Amino acid sequence: MKDILNELESRREAARLGGGQRRIDSQHKKGKLTARERIELLLDEGSFEEFDMFVAHRCTDFDMQEDRPAGDGVVTGWGTINGRMVYVFSQDFTVFGGSLSETHAQKICKIMDMAVQNGAPVIGLNDSGGARIQEGVASLAGYAEVFQRNIMASGVVPQISVIMGPCAGGAVYSPAMTDFIFMVRDTSYMFVTGPDVVKTVTNEHVTAEELGGASTHTRKSSVADGAFDNDVEALIEVRRLFDFLPLNNREKAPVRPFFDDPGRIEDSLDTLIPDNPNQPYDMKELILKIADEGDFYEIQEDFAKNIVTGFVRIEGQTVGVVANQPMVLAGCLDIDSSRKAARFVRFCDAFEIPLLTLVDVPGFLPGTAQEYGGVIKHGAKLLYAFGEATVPKVTVITRKAYGGAYDVMSSKHLRGDFNYAWPTAQIAVMGAKGATEILYRSELDDPEKIAKRTADYEDRFANPFVAAEKGFIDEVIQPRSTRRRVARAFASLRGKKQSNPWKKHDNMPL
Amino acid sequence: MFDKILIANRGEIACRVIKTARKMGIKTVAVYSDADRHALHVEMADEAVHIGPPPANQSYIVIDKIMDAIRQTGAQAVHPGYGFLSENRKFAEALEAEGVVFVGPPASAIEAMGDKITSKKIAQEAGVSTVPGYMGLIESADEAVRISREIGYPVMIKASAGGGGKGMRIAWTDEEAREGFQSSKNEAASSFGDDRIFIEKFVTQPRHIEIQVLCDAHGNGLYLGERECSIQRRNQKVIEEAPSPFLDAATRRAMGEQAVALAKAVGYTSAGTVEFIVDGARNFYFLEMNTRLQVEHPVTELITGIDLVEQMIRVAGGEKLSLTQQGVKLNGWAMESRLYAEDPYRNFLPSIGRLTRYRPPAEEAESDRAVRNDTGVFEGGEISMYYDPMIAKLCTWAPTREAAIEEMRIALDAFEVEGIGHNLPFLSAVMDHPKFVAGDITTAFIAEEYPDGFDGVTLPRDALHRVAAAAAAMFRVAEIRRTRISGTMDNHERRVGSDWVVLVQGESFPVTIAADHDGSTVHFADGTRHRVSSDWTPGDALARLDIDGEPLVLKVGKVTGGYRIRTRGADLKVQVFTPRQAELAALMPEKLPPDTSKLLLCPMPGLIVKIDVEEGQEVQEGQALCTVEAMKMENILRAERKAIVTKINAGPGDSLAVDEVIMEFE
Repeated sequence: MKDILNELESRREAARLGGGQRRIDSQHKKGKLTARERIELLLDEGSFEEFDMFVAHRCTDFDMQEDRPAGDGVVTGWGTINGRMVYVFSQDFTVFGGSLSETHAQKICKIMDMAVQNGAPVIGLNDSGGARIQEGVASLAGYAEVFQRNIMASGVVPQISVIMGPCAGGAVYSPAMTDFIFMVRDTSYMFVTGPDVVKTVTNEHVTAEELGGASTHTRKSSVADGAFDNDVEALIEVRRLFDFLPLNNREKAPVRPFFDDPGRIEDSLDTLIPDNPNQPYDMKELILKIADEGDFYEIQEDFAKNIVTGFVRIEGQTVGVVANQPMVLAGCLDIDSSRKAARFVRFCDAFEIPLLTLVDVPGFLPGTAQEYGGVIKHGAKLLYAFGEATVPKVTVITRKAYGGAYDVMSSKHLRGDFNYAWPTAQIAVMGAKGATEILYRSELDDPEKIAKRTADYEDRFANPFVAAEKGFIDEVIQPRSTRRRVARAFASLRGKKQSNPWKKHDNMPL
Repeated sequence: MFDKILIANRGEIACRVIKTARKMGIKTVAVYSDADRHALHVEMADEAVHIGPPPANQSYIVIDKIMDAIRQTGAQAVHPGYGFLSENRKFAEALEAEGVVFVGPPASAIEAMGDKITSKKIAQEAGVSTVPGYMGLIESADEAVRISREIGYPVMIKASAGGGGKGMRIAWTDEEAREGFQSSKNEAASSFGDDRIFIEKFVTQPRHIEIQVLCDAHGNGLYLGERECSIQRRNQKVIEEAPSPFLDAATRRAMGEQAVALAKAVGYTSAGTVEFIVDGARNFYFLEMNTRLQVEHPVTELITGIDLVEQMIRVAGGEKLSLTQQGVKLNGWAMESRLYAEDPYRNFLPSIGRLTRYRPPAEEAESDRAVRNDTGVFEGGEISMYYDPMIAKLCTWAPTREAAIEEMRIALDAFEVEGIGHNLPFLSAVMDHPKFVAGDITTAFIAEEYPDGFDGVTLPRDALHRVAAAAAAMFRVAEIRRTRISGTMDNHERRVGSDWVVLVQGESFPVTIAADHDGSTVHFADGTRHRVSSDWTPGDALARLDIDGEPLVLKVGKVTGGYRIRTRGADLKVQVFTPRQAELAALMPEKLPPDTSKLLLCPMPGLIVKIDVEEGQEVQEGQALCTVEAMKMENILRAERKAIVTKINAGPGDSLAVDEVIMEFE
């Protein structure tokens, strides 16, 4: 009897070694942790329950039957992060380079099915050379099975991907369909076709890092939502993000104890808006001063910096923030910022995370590059996302809210629940200069007259009161009391129930 | 007494004067430039008058504009503060002509003390000890050498109209005297339009010690002890104290009596300061007299209990001094740290911008300790490029020097300033410097102790232990809070352990935390332990802790897996890991910061005025690459070594942020 029990232990021990000590050492030498080490850091100590430790592949081509390591290159199971349940898979680069076989895929599918059924998020730690070539089409089938589950799980449970090694070819499409992708600098890359193929086909010379490294995907392509210096820091930060997210779409955003007065007054916000309307200021200061304890988890920090997206807590509860950033491109909307914010808004709406929108937007960026790039459709994405969202929506206009961009930024007309404006707000169809040049075209030769007209326009429209008279602004508030007002607004919306008409699904302007 | 006075100044000194005037029941008028529309002194005053655009030469020092403001408001007297018009004879005369009282000395006294050569002559005649030297004008280099020999080397060759180190040379040999004479003369001519030169003995181991005097218009004058102002950076005072750790009672009395004699010799009224240079053998020599309120006057106020601004106003109002020399008692010790908007890590370059956070330590006045902060800024205010970068004067007082320094350390640690670069870390570093603590200082202290500038503080081991213990205890509390999130699995909650590893300053400290209701005891592997208690809660930016009964104040920011902790001049990334995390973190390769040696980075926010090179050009070490204008100063950036310019990323007119890449090299 004892021997039988002991055999379990020895089999476990062998499985835990994955591809063996030599490959583990080599993984470490590359500055990477092993699949199991990563899970240890991701989950609460001792909370990991493994599934399918002894699953092995079934391939017999290329003499593969000779080498059937337990686990087949991926470690799967569930555990907790700060006591909340999560499913996890972690690809093991030491076993066949983490390549995806039919059985490898089945292991991933199993935990994804359970995650959807039991209502807990999935975190995938990707470190894989790609398809298991020896298995051929069976491997491709495996990918597609995973893709299908990513699709089904989307909007049901949060899905997070952490790219911690190579992720190439078809493999990229699983992370691509998850809610968030994070990368580790210098040790991870993602691309559909690698540098060699690129060179053959297009004659471009490019390194893997340039083609699909963390910097590329956080700054240029916006495929990744964030990047971290190493495995340890990446996993610490994923734990931190996890604390902001609900477990599934049937639950409210989590709440945790907070030590910050919801009524905190920030006098310094009264001087946040510079005297000169063309002078920028840092919208992040406002975000940090509204947030509990100044804690802000920014998403896509390095991309389309003219809009800021991320999570804060207000009275302990997660709130998604979308804010124009006057420091970059005057905070205008363009293709990139619209896409970035739209996706963020839709995530929040899918998972019942209330939305706080901070507005200082001079309009859409003009130009052929924007029009040819389809700013009409891309801008519409953000409009659509705000308009369809049924979560509590609180908006604060700090300064400019001009033209169509005013409508887009979670305006009253898009079912905004609380639409506040600071006294410095200017809600108008456009800036005073532009408006007078159109309205008084005949007087354009007379600079004095035009100056007078501009001044008149400013007096009449460069304020929040015209909009407030019409009820488009619910209340004009003092900047210093923004946190208190926003906190009270969200508190009053805790019972909000709103639904959209039944549809199979929408047809948003993709 | 006056009903209303105008303060012809801005910033902290305007606020300082307003406070006293208000206490005396006198109404106040502030003046302000465009840049100061929302400034604190405007807010504090009963009335405020706009006097023009931001540059001081178009507002604060334009006599006509101040005179207009006086007429407009009916102010009966003007307090000039320091700087600006405070030592301007014409201003004093203009006031006199209009029958408005100048809160300061008579114009004649300003004039007499305004010129270095004249003032030294008057001082000599009044029996004040002066630096041996040649007072007449020197015509030629040969004459300079002859005079230098007579005085005895080393000598200092100085421009008569000089100041701020300009037109000043030290010579130890004939050769140097010859060269120094010529270059001083040239510099003086170009800087001041006045090439008169004089030579005097160069004092070794010099300390800057000054005597506060106070005189009324009835012939009474007294001295209020001294201030030691030796901690200076390029003639800019940084830390002052009163009394001096160096003077004995006899020297103090001798200096004080001479200072009063000089004041009387020029018919001085109001508060003034006689500056002396004191050598290692306590020989003291007259330097100059400042005919105004000094920046560092609070330390004198703290040890004498006398409000100097009040005295100035009373004297100006014609009152007799109610004080006597016998009545002046020096009590305890006061320290002053000047908080500058200057980035110590960037060679003290001025820093401008919005004060996103500004929380000075609370002012207190107890029987055994006091904290005072004279400031002209506020959270949310803007530090502009137009004026002096000094934003506050933090003073502490305690019965002994040692205790006053300790109070200052804690007060500096508790001073929160964000949004701009500032010298708080440097001030903290000086407060912990053994030579400063021992009072063993000269005016060369900063140049000698920080010859390569300041690059932060490395905490000694015992201090590091205390910080590590605090961080571990704080981190554990924050981790426990994280487990209290909603949605946890009942009965399967995370249990926060007691073993942690603190990584800080390249060291790793395994610790075990035993927590109870009152705090935590943090045990280190070497057997030492620290008791930590605090009312800190997660998210607080400032942690006031008690470690083994001693106070420790930390500024706490966020970093992945721990805190950014600033204390005692150190800026630390402190990570608190579980033992397993630490073990695995040790496998992670160290990431070096990107190599910027091939880049020219913009050292301060500023405007590119000129690019001196082209792409593809070879530049030599020291060659000018471009000019960046910041704080109205044109800064020429030079090549650090020979290189080829490969790319230029900015052009004239571009406004750049700190660390933006201006150009790249091969």
